[in-house]
Amino acid sequence: MTSTGLLVMLLSVGTVASLFGWCIYKVLTTPRETEKVHGVELHTPDMDGEG
Amino acid sequence: MAVAGSAVGLGNFLRFPGLAAQYGGGAFMIAYAISFLIIGLPIGWAEWAMGRYAGSKGFNSAPGAFAAILNKPWAKYVGIIGVIVPVMIYMYYVFIESWCLGYAVKFWTGSVDLKTTDDAVAMFKSMSGQLMDGSALSLSWNAALPWLMVVFVFNFWLIYRGISGGIEKMCNYGMPVLIVLALVVLARVMTLGAPDPAKPHDNVVNGLGYLWNPSKVQIERTHPAPGEAKVVEEVVGAAAIKAAEQKVAASGGGLKLVTITPWQQLQNPLLWMAAAAQIFFSLSVGFGVIIVYASYLRKTDDVVLSGLTASSANEFCEVALGGLITVPAAVAFLGLASVAGQGTFGLGFTVLPLVFAKMPLGAFFGGAFFFMLFLAAVTSSISMLQPGIAFLEEAMNVGRKVSVTILGMLTTLGTGFVVFFTKGLKALDTLDFWVGTFLIFILATIQIIIFGWHWGIERGLREAHKGAALRIPRLFGGIMKWICPLFLLAIFVMTVLTSVFGFDLSTGTFGSASSYVVDLIGGMKEGKAVETNLAAQLSVALVVIVAAYFALLSSRSKAFQRAEQGLTKHD
Repeated sequence: MTSTGLLVMLLSVGTVASLFGWCIYKVLTTPRETEKVHGVELHTPDMDGEG
Repeated sequence: MAVAGSAVGLGNFLRFPGLAAQYGGGAFMIAYAISFLIIGLPIGWAEWAMGRYAGSKGFNSAPGAFAAILNKPWAKYVGIIGVIVPVMIYMYYVFIESWCLGYAVKFWTGSVDLKTTDDAVAMFKSMSGQLMDGSALSLSWNAALPWLMVVFVFNFWLIYRGISGGIEKMCNYGMPVLIVLALVVLARVMTLGAPDPAKPHDNVVNGLGYLWNPSKVQIERTHPAPGEAKVVEEVVGAAAIKAAEQKVAASGGGLKLVTITPWQQLQNPLLWMAAAAQIFFSLSVGFGVIIVYASYLRKTDDVVLSGLTASSANEFCEVALGGLITVPAAVAFLGLASVAGQGTFGLGFTVLPLVFAKMPLGAFFGGAFFFMLFLAAVTSSISMLQPGIAFLEEAMNVGRKVSVTILGMLTTLGTGFVVFFTKGLKALDTLDFWVGTFLIFILATIQIIIFGWHWGIERGLREAHKGAALRIPRLFGGIMKWICPLFLLAIFVMTVLTSVFGFDLSTGTFGSASSYVVDLIGGMKEGKAVETNLAAQLSVALVVIVAAYFALLSSRSKAFQRAEQGLTKHD
C-alpha cells in the first residue's frame, strides 16, 4: 500500500464515519427530531386499509 | 436506528466490494466519492422532496408522482421506469437473498467445511447454479431453490399480512447487530497478515493497497497476439513490484511493467457509470423507492436530515465496513489475480465464508453474519415491492391484497426466469446492468432535471426545507441545476459511445462493444467473432414485456388522468 493509498483510505473512512456520527448527534440533540426523521419504513399506510 | 437499519442492504457488503475490485480499486473510489457528493446526495434530496409533494396530492406511485408534478400525459410513461427498476431488481435480489439464508443455515448446522479456495468456489457455484442453466432449480440442500421458496413465501407473507411490530423491530434492531458483527470480522481480517506463508505477496496490506492505491502497476504483453489479453497481472506492494521487474527483465522484451495513473483509469466511462450506479443502488436513489416512501410522509417531517442520515449510514457500512473487509480478505486468500475475476457477488460468497472457516467460533459468526445479511435483504426487498404495489393500486384502482397477488405472480415468473438461466449468472448479470445500472441512471437523470428545471431550484429547495432542521447548503443549488445533470449526461453519452459503438478514448478509434451489448446483438471481442447470448436477449425481452404491461395499465388509469390535470387523487 502506498502512502497516497493510505491517505485516501484514512480520508474516506474518516469522512463517512464523521458524517454518520454527526447525523446521529443532530437527530438526537434537535428537539422532536426523532419523530420527524424517517427511513424506508416497512409499515405503509395502505396496509391499514384492508383487514 | 430505524433509519440506519432500513438503509443497510446487500449492496453495502456484497455489491460494492465486487465492483471496487472489478474496476480496479483506487480510481473507482475517487469516482465513487465524487458521485456521492454531486449525484447521490442531491438526487436523494430531490426524490424525498418530490415524493412528499406527490403524497400531499394523494399519489404514491412513481407514475402518479411524475404526472402530478409535470401535469403532462406522457409523464406517467416516464414514471413507469420507477416501477420497472425496483420490481425487476427484486426478481434477482430475492435470489441473492436466498443464498444468504442458505449460507446462514449451513454455517449454523456445521455443514460448511471449507479448507481451500476451491471448496468455497464450489459451494458458491452449487448454491447459485452457475455450472449450467437450471441447476439452481434442485431441491437440494446445496442449491438455492429450497431457500428461495422460503424467502419468497416469507417476503410475500410479510407484505400481504402487513408487518407486525415484532418483525419490524427484529429487522431494525438486527442491523446494529450486523454492524457489530461486521466490526468483529473486520478486526479478524485486519489481523490475517499473509495466510499462506508460501505466498507472502498475498497479504492484507496489499489487499488494502489494491483497493485504495490511486495508481496501479501491472505487467502487460508488449505485443499481444490476436485474442490474447494485454494485461498479464496486476502487482501491489514493493516486494511484488520488485519481483515483477525481474520477471519483465527475464522476458526478453515480451513483457513490460506499466504504471496507470488515476487520470488514465478515470477516462473509462464504464467506471464512472458503475460508481454512479453503486451510489444509486446503495442509497436507493433513482430506484423508484424513496419517491414512494416519501409520499407517505407528513408536511412537518424532515426530509433533509432523513436523506442525509440514511445516506451517511449507508456510506459508513459500505466504505468503512464492506470495503475494508471483503477485498483485503480476498487478496489475502485468493491473490490479486483471482480478485478481479470473482464477479460482482463472488467475493462475498467465496471469500467471507473462507474467513469465517478460519476464525474461532466461525460457524456461529458465519451463520450470524449471513443471517443478518438476510434480514438486511428482507427489509430491502420488501421496500422494492412497495413501488409495484402502490403502482398497481393506483393504476388498476384495486386494494392492497389484489395488488400484492398480481405482483406476486409477476415476480414469481421473473424470479423463475432468473433462477433458470444461471449459467455464468447471465440473466442476473444482464438485468443488473440494464436495469440495476442503466435504467437507474436514466431515472435519476430525469428526476434531477424535473427538480432543477421544471420545479426550479428555488421551489425545489422550498419543498425540501418544509419541516427540516437543516438547510441544504446553497452550493447544492448549483450542483442540482447544472453539475449533476451535466455530469450524468456526460457519463451517459460516453458510455453509449464506448459500450455500444466501441469507441476507444485513448486511441480515438472504434473497436468492439461491451459484452453487455455483444450478448444482445453479437459482434467482435478481442479480434474474435462472438455470438449473441439467448439468456441475455431474453432478459432484455423480459424488461420490455414488463414495461409494455405497465404502460398499458398506466394508459387506462383514471388516477393518473387526475394527476395530469393537476387534481388530487380524491377530492
